[in-house]
Amino acid sequence: MGISIPSVLGQMIVFLLFVMFTMKYVWPPIMKAMEEREAKIRDGLAAAEKGKAALAEASSKSDEELKAARTQAQDIIAAANKQATQLVEKAKGDATAEQQRIIASGHAEVEQMAAQARDALRKQVADLAVSGAEQILKREVDAKAHAEILDRLAARI
Amino acid sequence: MAGDNTAAGYVTHHLEHLKAGSENGFIRFDTWHLDTLFFSTVLGLLMLTVFRIVAVRATSGVPGKLQSFVEVLVGFVDDSVKGSFHGNRGFVAPMALTIFAWVFLWNVMDLIPVDLFPILGQLIGLEYMRVVPSADMSATFALSISVFILILIYSIKGKGVGGFAKEYLTHPFGKNPLLIPANLIINTVELLAKPLSLALRLFGNLYAGELIFILIALLGMTWTGFNVMSLGLFFGQLVAGFGWAVFHILVVTLQAFIFMTLTIVYLGMAHEHH
Repeated sequence: MGISIPSVLGQMIVFLLFVMFTMKYVWPPIMKAMEEREAKIRDGLAAAEKGKAALAEASSKSDEELKAARTQAQDIIAAANKQATQLVEKAKGDATAEQQRIIASGHAEVEQMAAQARDALRKQVADLAVSGAEQILKREVDAKAHAEILDRLAARI
Repeated sequence: MAGDNTAAGYVTHHLEHLKAGSENGFIRFDTWHLDTLFFSTVLGLLMLTVFRIVAVRATSGVPGKLQSFVEVLVGFVDDSVKGSFHGNRGFVAPMALTIFAWVFLWNVMDLIPVDLFPILGQLIGLEYMRVVPSADMSATFALSISVFILILIYSIKGKGVGGFAKEYLTHPFGKNPLLIPANLIINTVELLAKPLSLALRLFGNLYAGELIFILIALLGMTWTGFNVMSLGLFFGQLVAGFGWAVFHILVVTLQAFIFMTLTIVYLGMAHEHH
């Protein structure tokens, strides 16, 4: 056992050289690789987080839009229903008016025809009465002289 | 085995370095521990080669198995440094990685059968061979003295020469001039204790581990033929060697970790204002 001073000095020089080598050629590249990987992983995780957030936002947005579309659809349907009801009501009203008109014109026609018939009948009755009276009063009655009386009679019938 | 064939001779032989030079005291100024220098440098080059290969092929995409392993190491060291050293890690972190991996590899040499390399060495004419660099104070002190120098550098860098001197003279007892000697003594002891404890802790653990492995290897050396005693001792060697090796897996890793962590802590303390 013993200690050799030259060996100590030699070892120290070797140690210094080894440390220099490690410091220059070993540590930096390995550290760089490790740090780069760390950064990569950190970025990856951050991107994943961001993607997740974006997805959540998009899905909530789509939900909202869906909801809006649904309400809009409901509104449109309601409006359409209302319009349809209005149309039906209007059609019904028109139809009723038309019906009334047709009925009224029918009535008017009937009345007119009845009036015509009545006039015709009246004339015939007057003719009949005149001809009957003529036959009865053939001789005494002058058609021309009594025409005024007979006309008044016919108008009263 | 080599040396004389007694147990003591075997152990002594195993604890002798392959030396260049003739001095034999405890502190040798004219002797090189060739085995320590060789093995520590080869292990260090191996480590740097693997690291460099990974660094060249490093990708920020999906890493391979080797890259994952080195990245775990780098990340672990970087976290440790981040925890204790607040400043620019550009130098300290790579140094901590070098210390951890290098000391770990030194310690791992302890798990190689104690006679393997010495026998191989003898085949090529090398009389002595110690393969565990961290069981040699030359190696552990080389690291800890380097750390000591770094502590001084970082103290001055962090606090300035004046700040460092002021802290050295007035910390921890106070500013009273009468207390300067006490402060001086305690700071000197604290400062010197750091490299000493760093080096001796690592050395002591691995030296003791190596010694135990050598002693365990002695069990089977008493082989006298197929008798109960020899077989029992042989079996004992297997069991004890296995147990000690398993325990040593912990020691190997732990000591490397402790050396690195304390280095970081010392530098962090040196760099910081109080």
